Amino acid sequence: MPDSVKLTVNGVAVAAPAGAMVSTAVAMAGANAFRRSVSGEPRGPLCGMGICFECRVTIDGRAHCRSCQVVCREGMEVRTDG
Amino acid sequence: MADRAFGVVVVGAGPAGLTAACRAAECGKRVAMLDDNPQAGGQIWRGASPQAAAWMRRAERLEVEWISGARVFDAPAPQTLAVETFDGEFRVGYGSLILATGARERFLPFPGWTLPNAMGAGALQALAKSGLPLAGKRVVIAGSGPLLLAVADYMKAHGVDVRAIAEQAPQAAITRFAMRLAGHPGKLMQAIALRAGLLGVPYRTSCWPVSAQGKDRIESVTLRNAAGRTWTEACDYLACGFGLVPNLELAALLGCRIASARVEVDDQQQTAIAGVYAAGEATGIGGLELSLVEGEIAGYSAGGNVDRAQALFATRASHRRFAQALEAAFALRPELRSLPQPGTIVCRCEDVSFERVRACANWREAKLHTRCGMGPCQGRICGPSVEFLLGWGAESVRPPVFPARIGSLSR
Repeated sequence: MPDSVKLTVNGVAVAAPAGAMVSTAVAMAGANAFRRSVSGEPRGPLCGMGICFECRVTIDGRAHCRSCQVVCREGMEVRTDG
Repeated sequence: MADRAFGVVVVGAGPAGLTAACRAAECGKRVAMLDDNPQAGGQIWRGASPQAAAWMRRAERLEVEWISGARVFDAPAPQTLAVETFDGEFRVGYGSLILATGARERFLPFPGWTLPNAMGAGALQALAKSGLPLAGKRVVIAGSGPLLLAVADYMKAHGVDVRAIAEQAPQAAITRFAMRLAGHPGKLMQAIALRAGLLGVPYRTSCWPVSAQGKDRIESVTLRNAAGRTWTEACDYLACGFGLVPNLELAALLGCRIASARVEVDDQQQTAIAGVYAAGEATGIGGLELSLVEGEIAGYSAGGNVDRAQALFATRASHRRFAQALEAAFALRPELRSLPQPGTIVCRCEDVSFERVRACANWREAKLHTRCGMGPCQGRICGPSVEFLLGWGAESVRPPVFPARIGSLSR
């Protein structure tokens, strides 16, 4: 198994450790806000275990994915709305 | 109709779920174990844990069907669960069901707690274990409970600049608790308690965060102690959780009796619903050892081996006494009820402020008038904080217990 997985976050290339969650890749890409709240505040992960929905991002075109519960895959395209 | 059926289905693959699945399989049952995470081990064994790996190997040998990334969102028919994965939906039937749904952190709202990089203590540890480089980053750890020390220990070992640990409980209560640990077989807890003084990090008791500051992300946190002293620590991350609360939503949906914020079980770990068992943190926060033994008892009971289950009752009783001591030591101080300011967001899904929630008479009115607790987390985060702040008990649970795709719901 390779040591790292290459994916993009908002078009920026990131090499995440193999087995890392998408939330880690988003943080590594330097994005602070994973999403904007209903009143426009920047938000990032809170619970880290799939409960709070604060870390949701768009993965390969699918919206509202909890980035803390999806493992990075080679070539994934991740978008935040932050 | 179920797509697949098993003698025993275990929901949750943390310590309690793993032991339950293995023991039930040893009794000859055909067992499936589901978890919404991609890996088994739960939160405490997240990452490359040798204990989790050992139990998983055992489960594999016993031919336990391991279904990862699977979230139970409904119970559409008797002895049937509706489950969603990243790729689709299916229904699983069971003879007996074991709920090992674990716990989540309790969050309390204070000004700035919604800033990016302010998160749960376990959440930051999960990110770190998943590979986020934190070496050299400034981290303040705050809130309450032994988890804070475990996280501090992990962070220190990985080169993190831990600026302070702020524990809201008073030193006297923690000292009493630590003395009890000396005679207890809970090895992990013991090690943590003994090492607390050796971390080289200020462990400040009777101390809690009152606000966080920053523009697009957290830049500092202001702490206060019981003597009234207030100061500000610059930081890159705040790891903050005020103890744990059980995940009760699925048990509630199934109609299990819930009292004092835990699933009620009998000696066999059976809930008020015949054939439905619960084990681990869902039956009350008790830590790793209690979860393991409760899982074993539930597994044996669901497998029909009453003697094996009974042989573990004394061990369980000992760990339950420890759990009671834990709860008493880290009880939340009343001052924390004045943490939120009128404009502080309480419900992060719907951005509902404390003053709007407080103006309501109860949880139902708050839901109807402000949408508090009506967003995607379905009150999992704001529910326990509102219960502490305003004393409102949780509302009844309705399916789906997790947001599900239209395609999954329309079946």
